[in-house]
Amino acid sequence: MAQQSFTRALDARNRFHAQRIKPADTYQRTLISRTQLNTPRGKRLYWTALTIALVLATLVFIGPLFWMATGGFKTSQELVRNPPVVLPSHPSTHAFSLAWNRLGMAQLLWNTVVYAGGALAFQLIFCVAAAYSLSKLRPIFGNWILGLMLASMMIPAAALVIPQYLTVLDLPLVHWNLQNTPWVIWLPTVANAFNVFLLKRFFDSIPNDLLDAAAVDGAGPLRTLWRIVLPMSRPILGVISIFAIVAVWKDFLWPLITVPAHETLNVGVNTAATSMPDNALIGGLFLASVPTIVLFLIFQRNIMSGLTAGAVKG
Amino acid sequence: MAYALATERLHDGTERSAGRSSWKSLRRAAGRNLRAHAFLFGALVCFALFTWYPMIREIIMSFQRVHRGQTTWVGLGNYRQITADPEFWQAWRNTLEFTALALVFGFAAPFAVAIVVNEFRHARGYLRILVYLPVMLPPVAGILLFKYFMDPGFGLFNQALHFLHLPRSQWLASKSSSMPSLVVVSTWSNMGTATLVYLAALQGIPGDLYEAAELDGCSVLQRIRHVTVPQTRLILSLMAMLQIVATMQMFTEAFVLTGGGPEGSTTTVVYLLYNYAFSYNKFNTAAALGVIMLLVLAIFSAIYVVLERRGSED
Repeated sequence: MAQQSFTRALDARNRFHAQRIKPADTYQRTLISRTQLNTPRGKRLYWTALTIALVLATLVFIGPLFWMATGGFKTSQELVRNPPVVLPSHPSTHAFSLAWNRLGMAQLLWNTVVYAGGALAFQLIFCVAAAYSLSKLRPIFGNWILGLMLASMMIPAAALVIPQYLTVLDLPLVHWNLQNTPWVIWLPTVANAFNVFLLKRFFDSIPNDLLDAAAVDGAGPLRTLWRIVLPMSRPILGVISIFAIVAVWKDFLWPLITVPAHETLNVGVNTAATSMPDNALIGGLFLASVPTIVLFLIFQRNIMSGLTAGAVKG
Repeated sequence: MAYALATERLHDGTERSAGRSSWKSLRRAAGRNLRAHAFLFGALVCFALFTWYPMIREIIMSFQRVHRGQTTWVGLGNYRQITADPEFWQAWRNTLEFTALALVFGFAAPFAVAIVVNEFRHARGYLRILVYLPVMLPPVAGILLFKYFMDPGFGLFNQALHFLHLPRSQWLASKSSSMPSLVVVSTWSNMGTATLVYLAALQGIPGDLYEAAELDGCSVLQRIRHVTVPQTRLILSLMAMLQIVATMQMFTEAFVLTGGGPEGSTTTVVYLLYNYAFSYNKFNTAAALGVIMLLVLAIFSAIYVVLERRGSED
């Protein structure tokens, strides 16, 4: 009996997945029809437009990065020369090592990884648990709590910075000062209504009979969450994870005021910017950008589809 | 929505018939609620500490003043002080200028790029990666790079303008061109997200609409006007609202590139708030400014939430 209901649950899970898989993309007509494009004139126009677009886009988006990558190999005089120097005459890695040491790049990178990793872990644990509770366990006042959480989406983050800062300096009731500890980055990221909203909406779409079948087996809510709900939620968990990491990686004002002694990469680069020779600074900018560029190129498919899925469908 | 309501009713029904004796069912309901609230606990604490409490505290703070450790009520004193500061009005003017310019460029550019890229049958993946690359950089790295490009003397931009026989610009160094320069920086580093969102939205437009419009004799521009725009209206207005709320909180670009200058021409509202708190040490006045910001931005956020609701009901 128990075995049977469990296979039924798995079966339903598979069916649920099968529904979400779309048929392979076939040709879809867009603004300009294919027949129009296939005329000789259409072809000529198409290839001209494509070439212009590729050259322009490469210039605008890769150009600055190329300049940044080569800039660190130039001397400071070459950097400011008019007309500009495309490739350095005597490439030297001196600027990069200077930047690495002066910025304390290893430490900054490590700090940022710790902040982002912790924020990710806390958000996954607490936001998933909260959304699961609001969606499936449905406690009393659940809708009130959800409403209060969603209302906080209307608050622009920067407007609350002052009282938030004063709060972390002296936490109510317990009187802990969180400044310069990783907690000051980790915990506020959990208060993310958008995460709870996305997760709850996804959990709502999971049929209840699936969970009931697990309950018949004697699985408690935690076990159901772990064994049934989470394995089905991989796509949305991916979206949440990307949001969580990118948010910490890109934040500036909050780490600027709360962790001045253990700066993030972002803040640290800005602090050191004024006191470094030009070529070292540019080398430093490049070094600071390399980790995410590499990560992005590896995971680009997941990152881009995740971000748009989060924005369009929710 | 209707689906959620129906399952909810179903759930309540089974619950009621299962509990034969009322005492037993009461105990079970209490246990169920306790467990459900245990799942909520972590997120609830974080929301309370870092969103709800600061929100209330900001409002209270804005009516108080602290003098030698003594807190006194000053009524509207802080509001009078902040509105009497000429910088306050200038900051709002600057912020609105940035928001308006960013709306023109940062809103139109990604949409145009998305429409063009969506027509291409080649190199789409490459173009998508290019547009999104700056989004993945640590923001400070992307921003500082433009300090070199925009240098009035040796900067690449002025060299390019000179090469094209166009008048040079002072870029960040002059009062009139500093804000538009920041818009350029901000658009370059942020347009990737919007572009990807629009691309995803464009792929959802049924091809027969274009087919029908073409048969009716619509030109390409008319097809954009009568098919593309109406079909993506919801996502367009959502992104516009999001962008307004985001750009009105601009801080990083100004802090890193101009320090609010020249002559206060790039001091935004958030920058002024930061200055009041961390330069003048007037946290209560800063809180009053925060409340004003909250009220202004709440209007836009409310529109966003209403649109989002309407979108998710369809």
